[in-house]
Amino acid sequence: MLEINNLHAELETDADVTILKGLTLSIKPGEVHAIMGPNGSGKSTLSYVLSGKDGYSVTAGSAMLEGVDLLEMEPEERAAAGLFLAFQYPVEIPGVGNMTFLRTAVNAQRKARGEEELSAGDFLKEVRAKAKDLQIDADMLKRPVNVGFSGGEKKRNEILQMAMLEPKMCILDETDSGLDVDAMKLVADGVNALRSENRSFLVITHYQRLLDHIKPDFVHILADGKIIKSGGPELALEVENNGYADILAGAA
Amino acid sequence: MTALDKIEVKEGVDQDTVDAVTALSGNYKYGWETEIEMDYAPKGVNPDIVRLISSKNEEPEWMTEWRLQAFTRWEKMNEPTWAMVSYPPIDFQDIYYYARPKSMAVKPKSLDDVDPKLLATYAKLGIPLKEQAILAGVEGAEDMPAEGRKVAVDAVFDSVSVGTTFQAELKKAGVIFCSISEAIRDHPELVKKYLGSVVPQSDNYYATLNSAVFSDGSFVYIPPGVRCPMELSTYFRINAENTGQFERTLIIADKGSYVSYLEGCTAPKRDVAQLHAAVVEIIIEEDAEVKYSTVQNWYPGDENGKGGIYNFVTKRADCRGDRAKVMWTQVETGSAVTWKYPSCILRGDDSQGEFYSIAIANNMQQADTGTKMVHLGKNTKSRIVSKGISAGKAQNTYRGLVSMHPKAKNSRNYTQCDSLLIGDQCGAHTVPYIEVKNNSSRVEHEATTSKVDDDQLFYCRSRGMDEEEAVALVVNGFCKEVLQALPMEFAMEAQALVAISLEGSVG
Repeated sequence: MLEINNLHAELETDADVTILKGLTLSIKPGEVHAIMGPNGSGKSTLSYVLSGKDGYSVTAGSAMLEGVDLLEMEPEERAAAGLFLAFQYPVEIPGVGNMTFLRTAVNAQRKARGEEELSAGDFLKEVRAKAKDLQIDADMLKRPVNVGFSGGEKKRNEILQMAMLEPKMCILDETDSGLDVDAMKLVADGVNALRSENRSFLVITHYQRLLDHIKPDFVHILADGKIIKSGGPELALEVENNGYADILAGAA
Repeated sequence: MTALDKIEVKEGVDQDTVDAVTALSGNYKYGWETEIEMDYAPKGVNPDIVRLISSKNEEPEWMTEWRLQAFTRWEKMNEPTWAMVSYPPIDFQDIYYYARPKSMAVKPKSLDDVDPKLLATYAKLGIPLKEQAILAGVEGAEDMPAEGRKVAVDAVFDSVSVGTTFQAELKKAGVIFCSISEAIRDHPELVKKYLGSVVPQSDNYYATLNSAVFSDGSFVYIPPGVRCPMELSTYFRINAENTGQFERTLIIADKGSYVSYLEGCTAPKRDVAQLHAAVVEIIIEEDAEVKYSTVQNWYPGDENGKGGIYNFVTKRADCRGDRAKVMWTQVETGSAVTWKYPSCILRGDDSQGEFYSIAIANNMQQADTGTKMVHLGKNTKSRIVSKGISAGKAQNTYRGLVSMHPKAKNSRNYTQCDSLLIGDQCGAHTVPYIEVKNNSSRVEHEATTSKVDDDQLFYCRSRGMDEEEAVALVVNGFCKEVLQALPMEFAMEAQALVAISLEGSVG
């Protein structure tokens, strides 16, 4: 599904700051991978570089989604190709109804893929059903995108977008940040409901606790722009118990 | 983010999309010209021209005298220079002040007798002069409820009104809706009483010029207690070259009446700038309410600032009676230079004024616009919501006055001005003037300036929208408060306008 090979990236404004220094990762269809790492290890940069945010330049390496070069594409083309990023800090868009936003996004992707646009009726039916599962009420669908949403509401809204857009490759960037236990459970249930043999996940997180709810197949430790250790779910528990220090020392 | 002159076509973008965007971008939709034979008054302005215009309109002597008095004043006045706009000096003697289609020499008796070329012009603009239920060409209008669908139209072409629809039906309700030239002939007592009573002859340079040379415009009178049975509208079209349009509109809402009035304006593309200097006066008596909406889409000039309309307009509403209400809503997307401050005089106790504005300036456009809220009566309230959007090299200024007089006890104003900059070469300016002369009134002012946020754009694009779609969505959201105040049909047109003006403006 996603093949990242020897990826190097630096800040566009400051070429001296290299954030990713040779990251290699292979995710097969249906797999759930988790990336953990201390602050400043490059976790969020990875999600931004993959989704095409301005401000980073890739100096070496590649990232392919189903054999297609992601790095050559505009952000919206990556989205239409099946990539989705659930943001750590979803932005607010005043005056734009949540439903309008969702429908514009869904139809933009359909159009880009040469598919027919979803009719207003079908869209409404689908969004209501999916919103219900995430305990998103009609009011939240009407309100402007993320404006005045609580932390939990914002994250649930990200998962609703994911459910509506039906991407192949989902990246969750610290989706657990700012969530209490109940909200985290709700978000995790939403993600689990979307797991399938054709859809892969890359879960970026600081803590093991999210991985209690979203069980990964593989766990990678990212430090200083590189994956320094990979393993199964037990690796996340090791981090939880001993912190990153031991692993970092072991790698050095 | 930098401004782009042209739309760059990326690989893989389908041709339909490219064609649609190219057709809209920088391409003023109403820039075509009607080929029609015209009668012109000689170029320039002097007492003879003033008399000529007056006689063409078959006006009584008092009207001619009023005009001449204004002309004498105007000759002694100087052009104002305080607005934040710049343009080459206007040669007031190099303009035609009166241009009338030859076929209008004898006023048509009914709409059926109007020159087909003129009817075709308005049909092409989406404003057919037929007494049909809805404004054709307005998408989605058919979804509106059955009642309230009718819109009466007065169509002004260069210097003359070519026709007014639904006059008979309005007359049954007691409503007078006609061109101002007809009103001067048929209802002199009303015109004499109210003309110049809100915007005095000597108000300002352009208003004084207008008082001398105005040719046509609309007249509305709503009798006491009458709710006007349909929306009224005037569509202004400038067609002739080197011609100024000087329209005069007078609206009187008698006690306890209500009317919603819409105004639209377009002009052909010309290399030479043209002057439009209008005066709108509104009188609102006790318990009456007037909503006045404008979608201003005059030709804005080309991307290098060549041509376009200079739109120098004085609009003012006088809430004379207690509990009178007025609401100005404007969407300003056209004109090379705009100088316009629709204002409210809140004279009656408990009267209310509202001003909602979106001004969009792209390329080399300059807009200096805002409002004046003059609180004279007790417990008067006003609200100002202004949104300025600048793209390309455009400059957008909000200029507003809120004045609380000593007797305006317990009055309130709320002002919110937001500016949005798209690109790095445009400008936004906010110039509020606040005067409070009593200690029980409250004035609140908020102003923000923001660039279309890169994070918002990235968020939209990461969900699959292309850049233009993302900008249109974010900007539409920003404008929503103002668009919500517009009558349904114009709201839809305005939303489309908002998207068109910004196509190709980001890169």
